[in-house]
Amino acid sequence: MTENILSVEHLSFQYDEQPVLKDINLSIQKGEFAGLIGPNGSGKTTLIKLILGLEKIQTGQIHLFGTPLEKFKQWHKIGFVSQKANTFNRGFPATVYETVAMGLTGKLGYFRFLKKKDQANVYEALSNVGMEKFAERNIGDLSGGQQQRVFIARALVSSPEFLILDEPTVGVDTDNVERFYKMLADLNQNQGITLLLISHDIGSITTHVTDLLCLNKTIHYHGNPNNYQNMTDEQKSQFYGHSMNTVTHHHS
Amino acid sequence: MIETFLEFPFLRNTLYTGLMIGFIAPLLGTFIVVRRLSFIADGLSHVTLSGVAFGLMMQKKFALLMISPFYTGIAFAVIGAIFIEYLRGIYKAFQEIAIPIILSVGVGLSVIFISLADGFNTNLFAYLFGSVAAVSRTDLYIILMISVIVVAIVVFFYKELFALAFDEEFARASGIRTKTIHILFIVLTALVISASIRIVGVLLVSALMTLPVAASIRISRSFKQAIFFSILFGEAAVLIGLISGYYLEIPPGGTIVMTEALILLGTIIFNKHIHFLKTRG
Ligand SMILES: Nc1ncnc2c1ncn2[C@@H]1O[C@H](COP(=O)(O)OP(=O)(O)O)[C@@H](O)[C@H]1O
Ligand SMILES: [Mg+2]
Repeated sequence: MTENILSVEHLSFQYDEQPVLKDINLSIQKGEFAGLIGPNGSGKTTLIKLILGLEKIQTGQIHLFGTPLEKFKQWHKIGFVSQKANTFNRGFPATVYETVAMGLTGKLGYFRFLKKKDQANVYEALSNVGMEKFAERNIGDLSGGQQQRVFIARALVSSPEFLILDEPTVGVDTDNVERFYKMLADLNQNQGITLLLISHDIGSITTHVTDLLCLNKTIHYHGNPNNYQNMTDEQKSQFYGHSMNTVTHHHS
Repeated sequence: MIETFLEFPFLRNTLYTGLMIGFIAPLLGTFIVVRRLSFIADGLSHVTLSGVAFGLMMQKKFALLMISPFYTGIAFAVIGAIFIEYLRGIYKAFQEIAIPIILSVGVGLSVIFISLADGFNTNLFAYLFGSVAAVSRTDLYIILMISVIVVAIVVFFYKELFALAFDEEFARASGIRTKTIHILFIVLTALVISASIRIVGVLLVSALMTLPVAASIRISRSFKQAIFFSILFGEAAVLIGLISGYYLEIPPGGTIVMTEALILLGTIIFNKHIHFLKTRG
């Protein structure tokens, strides 16, 4: 039996007057490695913010683990790596350990202190991303790629069942991008974590994901990444604003 | 030197008060500085001034002696803190505009209250620049109570306050009630400011919260270390500043803040030598 981790129904959203998302429908099942692609400004980050409750839903519905978003409380089941994660203040006095331990805040709840077991979880999350040796280093002193791995450890430390990553490979050099995808595949296949990976780079993610979603205001494609690969360039380019004009021109 | 302070009860109260605010002001200050909210401390101190002026006016004009300027200062600071947050909510795109609004209203009200009270008196000077002789026993107990509340809340909400300071979006996505935590934090800041003006005065209170932190973050690798050194520098400055202020007959606000400035200068000059704290485990 498949279990719905996320379902979005008839979701539309606008900032002030500018419509950003229009009638989005999608669902993600347990065990999937879903890739969400779309050009810059297509509404990917906005969709994630709505899913995480960071923006208020205007029309439509979102369910997480079968629970309507308004009633959902088990936020520790969801790990999140923001697009802005590595734009934090480099001068902030915090160690790698302190940064990752922050990921336990919601799970532990108010008036709870970190116990031995929680501290062990922090080190485990760090070794999951190969950063255990850096635990006592200042986070601002690390390279962009190392910081990104620390932020993934922060998302993993609460043992989430569903991990959402918003353009995590931006700022990571190309050599490390492949290693990064291997790590995600391992989390998905060996640790059973359902993944939603957001990217504006169609090329590299289609080979890694089990499900592909193409977003540009609304979902233009949802299905097997291989079928997508076999689509014509014209079909693919429908997702991009500038070529959309050319397509429209063709038909008129 | 310090014996003199312990000998005379009124100086003893001042010393204890100084040590308490030397602890809580840099403690909260560490969160304020890393969240880039130092301007809030400035805004709130001027609102506190208007509260103090209001209390002085009530005492002088209506001989309402139970309305101590200290209490009205606390009340105005807390109300001002909530009002700043309200304004920041309205002006989402220009949140810093809340501060000139609050600051000028604070000074404007102060001027009105002061002139209604028929002008300045020496009391006001003590509230502006601090005083070694201003702490009564009741005030000492109130400041002790404020200190206990501040330390307890920071200890119990440490992980939430830290998450909010480092990454507000992540804190919200973790299900933390960031708005509530933030309001709690701002009200604590108001309490610390109104407690601190007894010693350092309205004009220099934000320095007490930010200068020790400015020095400590230059040499700290972790957040806990940053808090530790901020408090250490804050306490050192209060001790040196209070004693030298007493003997030199200078309001302690000046001597404490100048001691802090010297400590900051020291960490800047010797940064290379103490940088090992930052990089080694
Ligand atoms: N906070 C905001 N206020 C107003 N407009 C916004 C805001 N955030 C994003 N937008 C606009 O919404 C659109 C979608 O943005 P976003 O969801 O960030 O796209 P993506 O993540 O796909 O690049 C863009 O046109 C962007 O300018
Ligand atoms: Mg985005």
